[in-house]
Amino acid sequence: MGSSKIFSVGEACRSIVDGATVLVGGFGQPGTPNSLIRQLLAQGTKQLTLVKNDASEPGLGISTLIEAGRVDRLIASHVGLNPLAVALMNEGRLKIDIYPQGILAEKIRAGGAGLGGILTDIGLHLDSSLAAQLVEIGGIRYKVEPALRGNVALIHAERADEMGNLVFAKTAYNFNPVMAMAADLVIVETAEIVPPGAIGPDHVHLPGAFVDRLVLIEEFGPEYGVLKHHALQT
Amino acid sequence: MPYKHRIAQRAAQEIEAGQIINLGIGIPTLIMDYLPPGQQVFVHAENGIWGMGPRAAAGHEDPDLIDAGAAYTTVVPGAAFFDSLMSFAIIRSGRIDLAFLGALQIAQNGDLANWIIPGKMTPGIGGGMELAQKARKVVVLTTHVAKSGQAKILKSCSLPLTAPGCVALIITDLAVIEVTATGLCLKELAAGVSVAEVIAKTEADLQIPAGELPRF
Repeated sequence: MGSSKIFSVGEACRSIVDGATVLVGGFGQPGTPNSLIRQLLAQGTKQLTLVKNDASEPGLGISTLIEAGRVDRLIASHVGLNPLAVALMNEGRLKIDIYPQGILAEKIRAGGAGLGGILTDIGLHLDSSLAAQLVEIGGIRYKVEPALRGNVALIHAERADEMGNLVFAKTAYNFNPVMAMAADLVIVETAEIVPPGAIGPDHVHLPGAFVDRLVLIEEFGPEYGVLKHHALQT
Repeated sequence: MPYKHRIAQRAAQEIEAGQIINLGIGIPTLIMDYLPPGQQVFVHAENGIWGMGPRAAAGHEDPDLIDAGAAYTTVVPGAAFFDSLMSFAIIRSGRIDLAFLGALQIAQNGDLANWIIPGKMTPGIGGGMELAQKARKVVVLTTHVAKSGQAKILKSCSLPLTAPGCVALIITDLAVIEVTATGLCLKELAAGVSVAEVIAKTEADLQIPAGELPRF
């Protein structure tokens, strides 16, 4: 079965180089690998291309990397909760590519499933579709969306076993499994690492075949907790 | 009642028993407060919920359980969680009966623009484009005019479209307007609003039926 997949956060992230394309799990804060992102910030990795559903919110998640000037390009679906990222884009200091959310997910899935791309009829009216290759099947026009892969994926799981089998919690599930499918090096932070068999085989959300490195979260900062500004006020 | 709640309350009347609905960010999320009692309605959220419940009460939030607009939420018995691939398979395969979306502009042919004001505002596409294009029915909930006073219901949209020809019904703080094959038709008026006011604040051509219009 090979050597252990369990690493310290520093060891796990050391091989992420400047200029890397990094796929990041999470939709808003749930499922965002905050500890791994904090390590990237600490070790100074720069000129990154990040792929995440959203731009996080100011002071949180990948926004900490964006604010530190470590990100050249962001591929996302929604950036409305991060005015800092939008301002950097409008100033020409951050390139942002926006895709429909499910199409972004499917492009990544194709990358993780050994496929060259997908065919979709979503957004054919967009200017960005003008250059796309078109295919007609059964009388319907589709455009070709090429597959998307990363050098590294940063994943947050609720629980892992030592084999790397993962379980995700509630809406922290989101983009994590698909991101983990589509990178050369897959690093997972998790709240708990259990022995093989402790997660029943039919309760595994993502098989450990996709997972290279497991990191036990050492410190749950406030970014893992309830964000008061998204809660109902008493 | 604040106008946003009046819009949401009227919008909830469009929901039929057993339907799967999706609520966009903004006014649509308020519909949760007005879901028809006693009818089973399944609320889908893009971030991976089928069977979403009301917002989490203060002090009862779960950091791992938010709606697609990042507010802490709950689930009802029988709910399911899934990943983003599954969530959008549900949307694109036509399983959403009714999607309630916000709008920057709506054209009289049903075109919807709500994802970008180039150079000014870029909320991004999120799930809106797939919902607008693939939900069985799209209802737009919006203020009748923009904060700037400019009309939002237009002959044609000037902003990049979210989806062409997708809107079936428009519910605003002033009126309910149906998108028909022959253009926009005024169906209902908000309390205290005149036909003349709606016409004055609508750039698009508007068909006005004869007789007294229902109020909401």
